[in-house]
Amino acid sequence: MSTITDNTPAGVFAGLTPLPPASGKAGFGGALRSEWTKIRSVRSTLWTLAAAIIISVGISTLGNWGQSSDTAAQLAQRDLVARSMFGIILGQLVMVVFGALAVTAEYSTGMIRTSLSAQPRRTSVFFAKLVIVTVVAFVVGEIISFASFLIGVHFWTAKGVALSLGTHGALQAVFGGGLYLDGAALLAFGIGAALRNTPGTITIGVALLFVVNIMTSFMPDSWQSDIDKWLPYNAGSQVWATQHTADVGTAFGAWAGFAVYIGYAVIALLAGLWVFKRRDA
Amino acid sequence: MIEAVGLTKRYGDKLAVDQLSFSVKPGQVTGFLGPNGAGKSTTMRMILGLDAPTSGTVTVGGQPFGQAAYPMREVGALLDAKAVHGGRSAYNHLLCLAQTNNLPKSRVDEVLGLVGLGAVAKKRSKGFSLGMGQRLGIAAALLGDPKVLMFDEPVNGLDPEGILWIRNLMKALAAEGRTVFVSSHLMSEMEATADHLIVIGRGKLVADCSVQEFIDNNSELSIRVRTPQLEEFGPLLSARGGTVRADGEGALLVTKLGMAEIGDLAFENRIRVHELSPIQASLEQAFMELTKDSVEYHAAVPAGQGV
Repeated sequence: MSTITDNTPAGVFAGLTPLPPASGKAGFGGALRSEWTKIRSVRSTLWTLAAAIIISVGISTLGNWGQSSDTAAQLAQRDLVARSMFGIILGQLVMVVFGALAVTAEYSTGMIRTSLSAQPRRTSVFFAKLVIVTVVAFVVGEIISFASFLIGVHFWTAKGVALSLGTHGALQAVFGGGLYLDGAALLAFGIGAALRNTPGTITIGVALLFVVNIMTSFMPDSWQSDIDKWLPYNAGSQVWATQHTADVGTAFGAWAGFAVYIGYAVIALLAGLWVFKRRDA
Repeated sequence: MIEAVGLTKRYGDKLAVDQLSFSVKPGQVTGFLGPNGAGKSTTMRMILGLDAPTSGTVTVGGQPFGQAAYPMREVGALLDAKAVHGGRSAYNHLLCLAQTNNLPKSRVDEVLGLVGLGAVAKKRSKGFSLGMGQRLGIAAALLGDPKVLMFDEPVNGLDPEGILWIRNLMKALAAEGRTVFVSSHLMSEMEATADHLIVIGRGKLVADCSVQEFIDNNSELSIRVRTPQLEEFGPLLSARGGTVRADGEGALLVTKLGMAEIGDLAFENRIRVHELSPIQASLEQAFMELTKDSVEYHAAVPAGQGV
């Protein structure tokens, strides 16, 4: 490095290709490319996504294998499509970690100050991040739901239960499994932008998707039936179910439930956007 | 060109920056001097729009930084060398910044070479030494060939070689007609680098002048007088209008009298003088004196030249 000391005074950018003249404005396109680079260039994101796939598909497979000791008649009573994607229940928690880290890691490392010094238009930065997180979580979510289902089908076929993506409602539910996981990442992303803190975001995300369901099970039955269907997990999971009254007394339909679920994510995202734009970085 | 007008930032009850107005001109290194906690970093964050001013405005090249068409071509800033994701390689760190401003990929490699990090481009910045981290931050600042450069305490913790490199770099950038604004809490560092000084204390402007003016105004010349006839000569000097104090090592420190006056006075009174030497108060002392208490700033600014 000692060579630099000697050559700087002779024109700082001597020997470098001059930058091309600029026209227009730095905007959303550049922000999008930047966020894509950010997300693919840290191991923590890649590890988190790999963990989401391994945990979800692994748990689904274990669950499906366990149920294959049941008789064909017993199996036919169940929502086998939803059961085949059982691992989503844990996978959603890993997606929370992914969605949270996509924004909170910028604050914990201090990178946000560097990012916003390069592109101070915060709305562009926020939505670029949001689009990248949405697309990446969507792809990973669909990999999880399709892999879980297709592996599950093998167990049922062995038992003589005919099930495929062509079965009525199956394709929509399997596609919905991926959407549900995407929603978990978005919920966490919104909370993360509002809180700017990784442990806090993950705690709240996990609480909303997981812990509240346990808490309401201790409530009186009359309350439960009113509240249950509005819980994020219960509402959202309708989109990857084919029987909509399975565990829950009254339940939303697939898309109504998903709309409620995404509604929570939208509230979190709006809060996140507001804080992202207004608060000092 | 950076222009701040009545810039104020309040955190709760604490006024971090108080009605700060100044302009930073191109073609010279402007030092931003003040003790730790004086509000230098807060001011720099407001210039970049990271923190919103409570009141007042600041513009870069005549507009708020956030409105620049290509922000990185306008301002290159190194506020905190640790403000990077340590898990990302130096190359990818710079790439993700370059992409926001549509800068070509080739620029990343070139700038990495410029700061001497070409060999570690693919290494994660987590493992970088302080000096390497500083160079990475400077590489980021240089990516957009910016008109304005801002560095917050750039030499903190660097080895002498790194300090020299940054000093030369800042001077070279200014010589190219760029605006260079660099903060420090060390007067000695500013003496070596800056042409112009903006001095703040407790968020308020204390001085805005050239380094030479600052030296002339703030470092009083005193004269050390060593004589075996201290008791006789002291009162004579006072009577002639000098301010006299003992330096604690058996000599007198005299101000407000010239060397010739003191010598003549000694001759007239048959005082034996063993030493008569001019002492320039260190700038570091002058600076500390100037910024030690905010109450003094009110007096110091209007009286400015006479301090």
